[in-house]
Amino acid sequence: MIAAILSLTILGAVLGIALGIANRFLKVEGNPIVEELVDLMPGSNCGQCGFPGCIGAAEAIVAGTAAATCCPPGGKMLASAIAAKLGLSVDLSALGDDGPKIAIVAEELCIGCCRCSKVCPTDAIIGAAKQVHNVFREACTGCASCIDKCPTEAMVMRPVPVTLQHWVMPKPLTA
Amino acid sequence: MSEILLLLLSTALVNNVVLIKFLGLCPVMGVSKSVDSALGMGLATTFVLMLASAASWMLDNWLLQPLGLGYLRILTFILVIASVVQFTEMFVKKTSPGLYQSLGIYLPLITTNCAVLGVALLNVQQQFSLFKSLLYGFGSALGFTLVLLIFAGLRERVALARVPAAFAGAPVAFITISLLALAFMGFSGLNV
Amino acid sequence: MGFMNLFKHFLGDDWGVHPDDHKRPAADRPVRVMPVPAKLYLPLQQHLGGPARPVVLVGQKVKKGELIAEAQGAVSAPIHAPTSGTIAAVTEITAPHPSGLTLAAIILESDGLDEWIELSGCDDPFALDPAEIGKRVGAAGVVGLGGAAFPSAVKLTGASRSKVTTLIMNGGECEPYLSCDDRQMRDSAAGIVDGIRIMLHATGAKVALVGIEDNKPEAIAAMRAAAAGVANVEIRPVPARYPMGSEKQLIQVLTGKEVPADGRAFDIGVIVHNVGTALAVRAAIRDGKPLISRVVTVNGNCATDPGNIEVRVGTLAEEVIAFAGGLKGDGLGLARRVMGGPMMGMQIPHWRVPVVKGSSGILAFDAAEVAEQEPNPCIRCGSCVKACPMGLLPLEMSARIRNEAYDEAIGLGLKDCIACGCCAYVCPSKIPLVQFFVHAKGELATQDRAKLRNDATKKLALQRQDRLERENREKVEAAAKRKAEREAAAAAKAAAATAAATEKQGETA
Repeated sequence: MIAAILSLTILGAVLGIALGIANRFLKVEGNPIVEELVDLMPGSNCGQCGFPGCIGAAEAIVAGTAAATCCPPGGKMLASAIAAKLGLSVDLSALGDDGPKIAIVAEELCIGCCRCSKVCPTDAIIGAAKQVHNVFREACTGCASCIDKCPTEAMVMRPVPVTLQHWVMPKPLTA
Repeated sequence: MSEILLLLLSTALVNNVVLIKFLGLCPVMGVSKSVDSALGMGLATTFVLMLASAASWMLDNWLLQPLGLGYLRILTFILVIASVVQFTEMFVKKTSPGLYQSLGIYLPLITTNCAVLGVALLNVQQQFSLFKSLLYGFGSALGFTLVLLIFAGLRERVALARVPAAFAGAPVAFITISLLALAFMGFSGLNV
Repeated sequence: MGFMNLFKHFLGDDWGVHPDDHKRPAADRPVRVMPVPAKLYLPLQQHLGGPARPVVLVGQKVKKGELIAEAQGAVSAPIHAPTSGTIAAVTEITAPHPSGLTLAAIILESDGLDEWIELSGCDDPFALDPAEIGKRVGAAGVVGLGGAAFPSAVKLTGASRSKVTTLIMNGGECEPYLSCDDRQMRDSAAGIVDGIRIMLHATGAKVALVGIEDNKPEAIAAMRAAAAGVANVEIRPVPARYPMGSEKQLIQVLTGKEVPADGRAFDIGVIVHNVGTALAVRAAIRDGKPLISRVVTVNGNCATDPGNIEVRVGTLAEEVIAFAGGLKGDGLGLARRVMGGPMMGMQIPHWRVPVVKGSSGILAFDAAEVAEQEPNPCIRCGSCVKACPMGLLPLEMSARIRNEAYDEAIGLGLKDCIACGCCAYVCPSKIPLVQFFVHAKGELATQDRAKLRNDATKKLALQRQDRLERENREKVEAAAKRKAEREAAAAAKAAAATAAATEKQGETA
């Protein structure tokens, strides 16, 4: 009886100490997988995912509290890259129907208040005070941060039109 | 030499842990979606099995049997296996975060992988020497990894095929592995 | 399978397919010249590369051959007015493209005079510098007339720079139904040979090999007669087989050399041009005429009077068909409209689509020719593997593309696929294999664009961060400077005050 208690206690203590020592040598600083995800992300910290910046979203995705598809500017490509990295399976169809959008300034409504250009994470809005603003199509990520800032509702999100250069033959349905 | 070879062959193929003894089925179904993670899982299990075989042999022969504590065998073995798995988990997390992420819950679950405990207990039952225990552990791990790899490869192919909706996913995987088990039964004709 | 076939099969010389060519009777009828229609629709992008930029204003009067849109970028081609008239609009029209999307175009209203602008030709092209020939061909807006419409000048100047030794003239015309190249070789063999000689001079190639499929004996005979006295132009009949007219396949058959997967024809010292392009080059150099018209095959079971027609670029397909005799039963049995060849051409949504520089055919198919059929599961017969001219595994690639495993498909050689359609043609289960590959290529291009965009966004976000930090720093510095200045001023004032006070004291003392 005493031998049993003693041997089990000693065994547990020895193994526990060994693991404790091992932990000291094999400790991982931060979470490398989060850093890898942040590298994949747009890095504009636009907040569309509902998390404070791209790092927050990456942590949430790794922790499993957010879907791999939560980043609209990253789109399908980012979602599948994240899924491949984490070994998840994602439903990409949720992203497909809407297509990318970008912000457009309605020139007749713009009063040139500069509020939108201050919040744009990629500096995609140009325009000086009391001058009509405009959006650089190439730089806009479609994060929609500027929409709420506009006092005259001159900012609107429009789907990016499909052009001949961007058209993709639809996937055959069968076979 | 021929004895070593025979022991390896018989543990890896003829008495395969997964398909003949039906031990350790959980990771076989869980981590066999891609060959890469299957290989990772196989290597991790091999590592755990080898360490656990050695440690459990030592415990049994030097501690439990001299003190007549044979009834504590399962308890102590589980303790040792859990520690080894914990160590493996730390190691994998440090060296390969991607693999760590893709193995997910199945890595700590090696603790309760009955192949590991089963091999340790069978070692004791068959009164093997330390060297033979190690060999037995290695052979079993080899068989486990082999089946995991073959099955993952098959599943990768099955994923490309058009499976009727009622059979898609797990059902077709079960059918596949049952066919694989039938194939492995053929090794029992080896007469080793 | 006979013994020789088996032998050929193991040698891997068994690629391609042998569809019924349907070239006659259209090929045997002389070319009809279509009069200039009232309106011409000239898309700004009729070639591979950057679209042209309009240089005319609405309402402006132009003469035939006048530049109306200039080339933009390194790979691009200018567009010239195909007739004299007034620019009616610069607007969007339906593109000759399966998507049915629009593209920018210049609409030209003909004044019926068809009056040429002043042309400056050249009597002795061989005295010209090769670079000058390339420049003139580029200015004339000549593009490859085989279908892909790659700007010819880019190829010519590139060839003379990269020491090309062999010029291959593509007279394969392996697509069924089409016969415009065949007809031009029969009618203007001498002009083509002259054009080839000019191109030899421009590229610096030693020899020109003209590959013509052996189902065009008349064209071979005509070209042989025309090239009889020319030492470095060889006419080489090649076996009729689709896709013999594909660049990589023709090069291999004629020279025995294989274009590397990640390389171009230049890399093995070869350049390929279409025979029709030779005529356009000749016109551009000898007469100074830009490319404003081309020969188009009107064919298909629904066409009343199939044949080859010379039309101005920008004519609507509708009008070309009307000129060619219209459709049988007013298009009642029409099942599919195709621009280009039946294998690689574009299915178009309606006939109000203009003929562009690269349009080789206007095909009106009935249901029997289309033979649409529901796809069945793959039976793993391997027909597609045997047919693939690039030696790929279409069945494996399509299975992966269906599951969106594009990386694995690339591993199987998706990027080498030339989208010739042989696999889909031979498939006994009628699986739309080539559509899968075209879809996957588009999807991959989208992914590449998204990646570029993502990188650019990241850069912009970082730059913004830098800017904000810099602005903050500058603000703090400026505030500190102002504070220091204020303090200095105050100190100076205080010092002055004390000085004044002491002075005062001194004075009073």
